[in-house]
This record gives sequence, structure tokens and C-alpha cells, in this order.
Amino acid sequence: MAAVAAVGRAPIGPMLVRQTWAEFLKLWRVPAFSATSIGLPLIFYAFIGIGQSSQEIFPHVRFGTYFLASMAVYSVANVMIFSFGISVATERGMKMDLLMRATPLPPLVYLLSRCITAIFFAAVTLAVLFPFAYFAGGVRVDPSVWATLASRVLLGSIPFIALGFAIGYLSGPNSAVAVINLIYLPTAFASGLFFPKQLLPEFIQHISPYLPLHFYGQLGWDAIGAPTNESVATDWLYLAGYGVLFFAIALWAYRREESRKFS
Amino acid sequence: MTVAAQLVDATKKYGNVEALKGVSLNIELGEVVAILGPNGAGKTTSISILLGLRKPTSGKALLFGISPTDLKARSRVGVMLQESGVPAMLKVREIVDLFRSYYPKPMVADRAIAMAGLEEKANSLVKELSGGQRQRLYFALAVCGDPEVLFLDEPTVGMDVEGRRSFIERIAEFAKLGRTVVLTTHYLEEADQLAERVIVIDRGLVIADASPKEIKSKVAGKRVRFSATLTEKDLDGLPITTSTITDHTVQMFTNQPEAVLRELFKRGIEITELEVTGADLEDAFIALTTHKGPA
Repeated sequence: MAAVAAVGRAPIGPMLVRQTWAEFLKLWRVPAFSATSIGLPLIFYAFIGIGQSSQEIFPHVRFGTYFLASMAVYSVANVMIFSFGISVATERGMKMDLLMRATPLPPLVYLLSRCITAIFFAAVTLAVLFPFAYFAGGVRVDPSVWATLASRVLLGSIPFIALGFAIGYLSGPNSAVAVINLIYLPTAFASGLFFPKQLLPEFIQHISPYLPLHFYGQLGWDAIGAPTNESVATDWLYLAGYGVLFFAIALWAYRREESRKFS
Repeated sequence: MTVAAQLVDATKKYGNVEALKGVSLNIELGEVVAILGPNGAGKTTSISILLGLRKPTSGKALLFGISPTDLKARSRVGVMLQESGVPAMLKVREIVDLFRSYYPKPMVADRAIAMAGLEEKANSLVKELSGGQRQRLYFALAVCGDPEVLFLDEPTVGMDVEGRRSFIERIAEFAKLGRTVVLTTHYLEEADQLAERVIVIDRGLVIADASPKEIKSKVAGKRVRFSATLTEKDLDGLPITTSTITDHTVQMFTNQPEAVLRELFKRGIEITELEVTGADLEDAFIALTTHKGPA
């Protein structure tokens, strides 16, 4: 049929731009997401970080800098898990996935638009947090340290995208937020993102060194010169392993959904 | 004529339930087709298979001669599904623009919005729309790609009479552009107003495929209704096509109402509240989908 070839398909580029813009607006207009993901790290930093900012917790490492790394890790992982988890769960709940499937939108464009949006939100979070730490917390480090911290935190967040997807497919639209909070907040505490691990109960101290956020956190702390348990290479290796695991779970959950809804 | 959409001996099982028991359809470019049937007849399953949203258990579906999951086929098709959601936090124009970007030759956004009668709501968030407006937004999203074929699955479900009437006019307006329209409905007057071809599906099978006029003529021309105390047995041998008995109300379709009544009187059956009327499409539909014998 010649007509098929003549009409063809819409160009991918403009489609990706439109879709990304729509994904951005969807998240931006939900203050529960946009305000908390940008604002909460600032509030935590103001409450915990600023007061004792100038104290040295390790040789040549002031607490203000150390806690900045903690909050950078916390806020970026938070954006990844929430933006994916909640949007996937909500759209499943609204049966929006069904309509999208009937359109000529390639699924990869859809996925890519969400990744771009999430990375953008993560970058905005850092772009607000870093100056705040600079001015309010008096954090002074070499520009290369800011850059290393930002790039490590952004790259290391990929496993949490997969985790967000997995939660989005495994939980319902109303339970996704609760599930994420129940998983994310306790592991953030257990991984020492809010206060030193030495203050945690002993049994949690045993679990802590195996948590994904522990390795992710160490990438941040190492970037600002704080001592860590494992080498940076080991941290990346573990994070990659968790990434594969979360991705496998997400894929399994996605396929389970596919066979239920579309077979 | 070119075949736009095609089902070839499609069957579908959900577990042990046979939703489709071998349906074959050819829908040609330019046709306006209504797929009619009671709830659970297999209408939505047929549409879902035609659109590649469901896989047939056996048989196949084709859009423009290729697989309906092929994005080239989907680029020529607009879809309105039952109860599908759209993001609440986007504005009408934003989501129309988004859907336009999926299609190779979309219509301008204002035209799609106007076809759906949403001009005044173009800058409102989706969450601010009423149920009827939301339904019209789905219509705007279905037509904004300027598709050659428009699929509508029960587009007017849940609307009041006025809403349904004006919605049917919007669909007719789109069909007038020479486009193919396939809609499912269990509202018979919709099929009668819109379609030049009606496919009746019941219990997973096509039981009729003809123009609304032919469907009407296929069944008996007159509806006879009365109150009486009788059983199916009392109606044996009467020149009727179908009959239903609920409590004391008896309804039957026939081409010879006089002969039927004469015979009933001869058998000594007491009749009250007698009504003889011409069968409309609704009657035809009931007659076609009424199952004889022990259910």
C-alpha cells in the first residue's frame, strides 16, 4: 500500500520536545511534588546543616560541606523515585496508559521524556541547594568539587529511576506515595543521610552498609573529601548491581501489567 | 475501495470466558459503521483487537493491511476509549498540542478544539472540566491528528439526551469530511442517525451486518404487545419471529399481526392492553438479540 508510505509518521524530535514539556508541566503543577522536592532539602539543610556548619567532623571537612553532600544525594534520589513512582502509578490508575498505547507515540520517546524531566528537576534541586549552602551555610570548596559532587550525584541516581518505576508498577495510585515514603525515608536515615550512622540502633548499623543509598551517599561524601568505608569504584559497582536488580524488578512488574491489560 | 480495518476470524478468551467466538469484519475507507450490541457482547473487545490493544486468541486484525501495533498504522487512526484518563494538570490546549505532535499531518489545534466545542475551555486545566466536557476533550484528542479512521468506543456513555444529540452531530460533522468512523454503542438511535452500516454483535458473534434499513426489514415489521396469562407453549405455531414473556406482558414481532391475533383469539386466550406498532431499530435490535429456547 503506497498510501502508508506516503503518510508515514510524525517526526520524533518535536514529539520528544512536546512530551518532555508536558511531563514537566504535569510535575511542576503538583506542589506536593515540586515544592517538596525542591524545598524540603533546603529546610533540612537550614535546620541541621547551618547551625554547626563550621565544625570539622573529619580533618579538613566541615559539617556544612558534609551535610551538603548528604542532602544532594537525598534530594536527587528523592526526585527520581517520586517523579517516576507517582506518575507511573497515577497513570495506571487513570487508565491513561491504555489511551497512550493507542496513539502513535513510541514508548521509548515517552520513557525518554520522563527521564529528561526527572533529570531536569534533579538539576534544579541542586541548583537551588548549592547556592543555599554557599551563602547560608558558608560552604567554600573548590569549583571542581562542586562539579564532581553534582555529576556523581546525577549519574548515581539512575538505579533510583528504576526503583521508582518498579514501585509505580507494583503499587496503586493511592498507595504509591505511602510506599515510597515507607521505603525511602527509613533507608535514607539508615544510610546516614541525616545523622551519623553511629547514632543508629545496632542492628540497623549491620544492615546499613548494604543499602543502595549507603553507596550512593559515599559517592557524595567522597566527592567533598570525607573518608568512606569503600573505594569509589566499589560504590559504583554496588550501585550498578542495584541498578540491574531494580531494573529487572521494574521490567518484571511492567511485563506482568502488560500481560494483564493488553494480552 | 481500500480496506481500512479488518478482523479475520478473531476469537478472544479471557480465562474461560469466550468474549469473541470468531468475528470477521471488513471496514472500508469512507464507511461510517456502528458496532451495536448489548453490554458484554464483545464490542469493546472487537475494537481493542482492531487497535492492537489486545491480542486475539486466534485469528488476526489488520489496520490498512498492516499490524495495528505498527506505529505507521496508528498514525492514521484516532481513538476515543471508554474511561481513559488524561493528565489532570495539563490545560486543554496543551494536551491537544501534545497529541497533535504524535501525528504526521495534524489539524490546527483550534480546529480540533472547536470540533469538540471546547473553545471556552481551551485554557482550563483538565481537572476543572465537567464529565461531559472531558468526554468532548477525548473527542478532540481523537480527531486532532486528522486521522483517516476514527474509532469511538461508546462515546456517549453517561451523557444526557441533549449531550448525546450534540455529540452525535460532532461525529457526523467529522464523518462528512469523508473519513471512516467506527463506533460502538448500545444506543440504537445513535446507530440509526449516524451509520450507513450496522454490525450487530451478540455473545461474541456477528449476528447481523447491514444498513439500518435492512436491519429493520430483517425482522418483522410490527410489534404486538399485550397483557395475558400464558406460556411460550401457547404461542406455538404462530407466524412470529421472536417473542418475550415477562410477567404478564407478552411482546412479539410479526409481519402478520392480524393472523397472530386471530389465532390467539381462536385459542381462547384473554388479551388486554393490546398494542400493535411498527418496529423501530430498537425493536429490531431486541428481536435480533433475544435468545429463544431455555436460557
